[in-house]
Amino acid sequence: MDATTMDGTFWGWMALAGLGAFHGINPGMGWLFAVALGMQERSGSAVWRSLLPLGLGHALAVGVAVLIAVAAGAMIPLSAMRWPVALFLIGMGVYRLFRGCHSRFGGMRVGFRGLTAWSFLMATAHGAGLMVVPVFLGMAPAAEAASCHAHASAAGTPMTAFLATGIHGLGYLAVTAAAAWLVFEKLGVGLLRKAWFNLDVIWACALIATGVLTFTL
Amino acid sequence: MQWRPDQTFYPSPKMAMEAPKEKLAYVAMLNPDRMTQPDAMGVVDVDPGSRTYGRIVGQVDMPAIGDELHHFGWNACSSCLCPYSPHPHMERRYLVTPGMRSSNIYILDTKDNPKRPKLVKTIDAKTVMDRTGYSRPHTTHCGPDGIYVSALGAVDGNGPGGIFIIDPETFDVRGRWEIERGPQYLHYDFWWHLGHDTMISSEWGTPNMVEDGLVPDLLLGGKYGNRLHVWDLNKRKHKQVLELGPEYQMALELRPAHDPTRAYGFVGVVTSLKDLSSSIWLWHHDASNGTPWKIRKVIEIPAQPADPEMLPPMLKGFGAVPPLVTDINLSLDDRFLYVSCWGTGEMKQYDVSDPFNPRETASLKIGGIVNRAPHPGQPSKPLNGGPQMVEVSRDGRRVYFTNSLYAAWDEQFYPEGIDGWMAKVDVNPEGGMAFDAGFFMETSGLRPHQVRLEGGDASSDSYCYA
Repeated sequence: MDATTMDGTFWGWMALAGLGAFHGINPGMGWLFAVALGMQERSGSAVWRSLLPLGLGHALAVGVAVLIAVAAGAMIPLSAMRWPVALFLIGMGVYRLFRGCHSRFGGMRVGFRGLTAWSFLMATAHGAGLMVVPVFLGMAPAAEAASCHAHASAAGTPMTAFLATGIHGLGYLAVTAAAAWLVFEKLGVGLLRKAWFNLDVIWACALIATGVLTFTL
Repeated sequence: MQWRPDQTFYPSPKMAMEAPKEKLAYVAMLNPDRMTQPDAMGVVDVDPGSRTYGRIVGQVDMPAIGDELHHFGWNACSSCLCPYSPHPHMERRYLVTPGMRSSNIYILDTKDNPKRPKLVKTIDAKTVMDRTGYSRPHTTHCGPDGIYVSALGAVDGNGPGGIFIIDPETFDVRGRWEIERGPQYLHYDFWWHLGHDTMISSEWGTPNMVEDGLVPDLLLGGKYGNRLHVWDLNKRKHKQVLELGPEYQMALELRPAHDPTRAYGFVGVVTSLKDLSSSIWLWHHDASNGTPWKIRKVIEIPAQPADPEMLPPMLKGFGAVPPLVTDINLSLDDRFLYVSCWGTGEMKQYDVSDPFNPRETASLKIGGIVNRAPHPGQPSKPLNGGPQMVEVSRDGRRVYFTNSLYAAWDEQFYPEGIDGWMAKVDVNPEGGMAFDAGFFMETSGLRPHQVRLEGGDASSDSYCYA
């Protein structure tokens, strides 16, 4: 194990967590829902109760995408996966630039399962998992080398997929919890009118950028 | 592309009350010459500091004849901030304007020049009918996931009436909303409690029961609507019927509490077969015993005895003028309910802080079948028509209303034909109201109906945060 590999892996994990934080800060990805549920029930505990299902749904969405990449990676060489993944990301980004996402799934009376499903669908519809895949693909060979596997597959093992999802999910959850707490307890939802920048556009650009980067993997 | 949320969107009704004062109002105007002249959307200057205050400063004629513009609404509103389907960077700029008789729907763009809305799309009647099986589109509400439109009936003019969805970005008609309609057949208004995933709908009559005028036999037989329906807003399924009782006829405008945590609302009922009174009913959520939603009468407005000589043919036999409550509106703080008595010519204000025990706080007279009360701005001129469509500003300080109901019905109650006008009253925050003598707008030949205020008003937006 040499220093460069270590380094690559470290930054890979950081990137995964960072992407999680980026997903978490988007009001449309969960923290705002947690705040609204707290306001509807007039209780802070409703905010905290919603965090676990939100995190679970998000992690499921990302996990599915990463596992698909692992499965595909077991059959297809990385170089061949690059193109379809990149094109799909760019296509999705361009689509998101022009069409918003008007989810018909939801409502304010949601339980644990409903909230998990909502979070899963929102993350999937926004391409959250897809955005993670290239980072995962980029770091996987390094991670495999680091663990001295002789036959490292292009996209790593289910174990690294699981870890990657976990790290990403933690990043997401930490930011979601912090934002929900801050807005519910301190700032109030009036902040939305001023501070809700069009993250959908940034998000769409991030999809496109990740797509472009994927070409260079 | 918007970087910040539309600044007319507010998370909560309380915050919306801090909104700046409106400077323009949009008014749907019917042309009584339904054979040769088009209806129009009028733009009214409501800025007291302006030289053209209280006057029409713009007008867009519809491209067809005989649309019967009635109600209309925005493409997007504060519900865009709802957490489960947020799209805060939409713009409130298009007025979705159905022709209630033609079934055409016009999309008017108010952005480039708010005083000269531009017709940017026509959804023709055939498209509406083909895609939904409904006709006679009426009320529109901007929902978290699309534009909801009510329709009075099926293509052939019978029932059932219902709701369909229009895409908020492309204005494509998506199709019927209901998955399971249960016993619902008649339709009129609808609105919702977003915090409770619940929709409420009301009943008037099918197009065939209303388009040629009120049918006395149907009325006396109790055939017009007298129920409300409770729906699961997300599963799009019928859940419960709320019966008013056989003597009540025509349950029209629905005004749910704006605060999403409050599960109650008011509906106006036009008449009672027993004594021609009008009434306001309160529906409320109460799961304590049996059915989750309940309804009860909380306001009754009696008919006023009148000399039959003064009454139109339809009412002569009764010797009384009915109040004919045809619209109500609730201020954003859920405190004051405004009630239009189109028959007796009164605008009433009730304090409904305790929704179970409303208290009348003011009543103003203008027009009326018998009274013909003048406006203080022109005290010598008797007026016909009466307070009808009523709209409340977001801060609750100003109330606007117009005087025509529905072409075929106008003639039955005001046989000489209605001379259109729009009035405005100023509201005391602690209750009470007074006419603004400087705001009395006559609409020369056209009949004004629903009013929408620039940036939103008390019946245009719904909220997901308390």
